[in-house]
Amino acid sequence: MKILTTVKRVTDPDMKVKIKPDGSGIVTDGVEYKMNSFDEYGVEEAIKLKEAHGGEVVVVSVGPKAATKEIRTALAMGADRGILIETDEDLDSDAVARLLAEVVKAEAPEVVLMGKQAVDSDRNQAGQMLASYLGYPQATFAYSLEVADGWATVGREVDGGTSTKRVKLPAIVTADLRLNEPRYASLPGIIKAKRKPLDTKSPSDLGVDITNKVNVLKFEAPPARAAGQIVDSVDALIEKLRDEAKAL
Amino acid sequence: MSNVLVVAEHVEKTLRKVTLSTINFAKQAAALTGGQVHVLVLGEGVDTLANELASGGYGANVVHVSNSATFTNYLAENYAPAVAQVAKDLDASVVCAPSSTFGKDLVPRVAALLGAGMVSDAIEVFDDGGLRFKRPLWADNVITTVEVTTPFKAVTVRATAFDALEGEAAAELKTLDLGAAASDSAEFVSFDQVKSDRPELTDADVIVAGGRGLKSAENFGMLEQLADLLGGAVGASRAAADSGYAPNDWQIGQTGKVVAPNLYFAVAISGAIQHLAGMKGSKTIVAINKDAEAPIFQVADYGLVADAFTVVPELTEKLQAAGLGK
Ligand SMILES: Cc1cc2nc3c(=O)[nH]c(=O)nc-3n(C[C@H](O)[C@H](O)[C@H](O)COP(=O)(O)OP(=O)(O)OC[C@H]3O[C@@H](n4cnc5c(N)ncnc54)[C@H](O)[C@@H]3O)c2cc1C
Ligand SMILES: Nc1ncnc2c1ncn2[C@@H]1O[C@H](COP(=O)(O)O)[C@@H](O)[C@H]1O
Repeated sequence: MKILTTVKRVTDPDMKVKIKPDGSGIVTDGVEYKMNSFDEYGVEEAIKLKEAHGGEVVVVSVGPKAATKEIRTALAMGADRGILIETDEDLDSDAVARLLAEVVKAEAPEVVLMGKQAVDSDRNQAGQMLASYLGYPQATFAYSLEVADGWATVGREVDGGTSTKRVKLPAIVTADLRLNEPRYASLPGIIKAKRKPLDTKSPSDLGVDITNKVNVLKFEAPPARAAGQIVDSVDALIEKLRDEAKAL
Repeated sequence: MSNVLVVAEHVEKTLRKVTLSTINFAKQAAALTGGQVHVLVLGEGVDTLANELASGGYGANVVHVSNSATFTNYLAENYAPAVAQVAKDLDASVVCAPSSTFGKDLVPRVAALLGAGMVSDAIEVFDDGGLRFKRPLWADNVITTVEVTTPFKAVTVRATAFDALEGEAAAELKTLDLGAAASDSAEFVSFDQVKSDRPELTDADVIVAGGRGLKSAENFGMLEQLADLLGGAVGASRAAADSGYAPNDWQIGQTGKVVAPNLYFAVAISGAIQHLAGMKGSKTIVAINKDAEAPIFQVADYGLVADAFTVVPELTEKLQAAGLGK
């Protein structure tokens, strides 16, 4: 079974982002980058599928040359081959989906595993858009995945509970955090990854116009909450909630 | 082309309140585009619900209902082509749904069908030489202002940023026959609803949320007692949900639910940025944590540095004694 999985290079989620004083973007000096957390779950699931069914895992990233690092991380975890679609532009999810659609058409995988959301731009769009452009079914927010007889059965985390959906392959599946426990890259894995094939393509190689449909005009900080107070007892808390906050 | 189309969300034939917030967003957008607010209800046996939406005075101009076996259970593959078709027929330049798992699943698929640029989690819409939207990102640490350059604009709406309207004029109710065929590549299997008598997290006036510090599912019982006394809902941090102390559906944060109740109790929650992203908009925040250095105290209006196992039962008892429950 051929599985394609996507990884986005994002700012380290444990770091606080700073906004440029002129509101034109975020400060990138000294910022650390890593693989989008949800994509780690996607890569792990892709490798598990390969371990269970045989086949190949192809990992794709759209981003700058430096995103080679995130592709190598996925290769070190156990993916077989990488493709970087190189661009320095900050793309919207729609442009990413249109680029990925060309790669999927060329590679013809049976399952495409993605993260449900990139934790920098928090959009939660690319998987569903990719499915739509390809006319494939989609199973988002996956916490469980089983593949048999050309169909995938996917447990999904939805508001109000969980739901189960079956999709005919080829399909797009987006990972939620409880899908699996992503493995760490082992030292031999890291060494092996250096020799695994990694192709670089440009958006124009794929014939895709990457003009964004959504333009960001301004970045600003959210309103800060006023500093609160420490109370020293339950009685004091009740009094504050009742008389000051009028919350009871 | 200036109308605004809202896709109504319902579960088991009950309207979700997040739809009403989305209608308020749509009304504000329509005032800027000079169009009308159309609401689309897809389902089977949903006439009563559509009627309630039309007569309720929630701010819509027209409510369209389409009953079909294709729509009995929600599937993006069946809903998206129908929504895109209706958007074209109505000349709806803005197509929106709540930013719930339903809207997040559906709207991007519709956007691609319409060639629309998409805005996730809109918290504001205004005009500045064209429609502009504000949306949070980076776990709500940044707000961006965006423009969408395509004729169709797809939006998911963060419900906590828009109140439900009441007392507006009733809407016209129309029946649509979309003659939609079901996809042969996607099947609905089941929906396992977490049954609860408590209000939904996204609607609740009071939320009592617990973290990993509670150490077990049984210990969440004391939060449930406090929540029940106050007529509230119970929430959880991701660490608590991951540890099996609470259902996943209770998770609040960047990757869970975004809530903004009147009163939020964070009990034994450290206050990681991913958790804060889901509750910073609450009106009054109370933090109970035994670690005075916990970051949750930086956003709390009232902090109590104490052991949750002592003070939560004490709080419940004293509120009850003072007759301060609901
Ligand atoms: C991509 C990504 C997405 C994420 N999304 C979310 C999300 O949506 N929501 C979310 O919540 N998290 C999310 N997280 C996880 C987040 O980073 C934190 O790990 C998590 O919020 C921590 O949960 P916690 O505060 O319950 O646990 P901890 O950080 O372990 O904190 C436990 C707290 O309990 C206190 N405590 C212990 N015992 C007691 C006691 N007896 N009385 C009082 N206090 C006590 C401790 O002092 C401590 O502050 C995400 C992480 C990532 C990487
Ligand atoms: N630049 C990118 N390169 C590779 N994959 C991406 C990129 N952007 C988004 N994705 C994938 O799409 C998912 C959803 O992204 P988003 O719609 O941006 O929230 C991510 O978890 C990734 O798997």
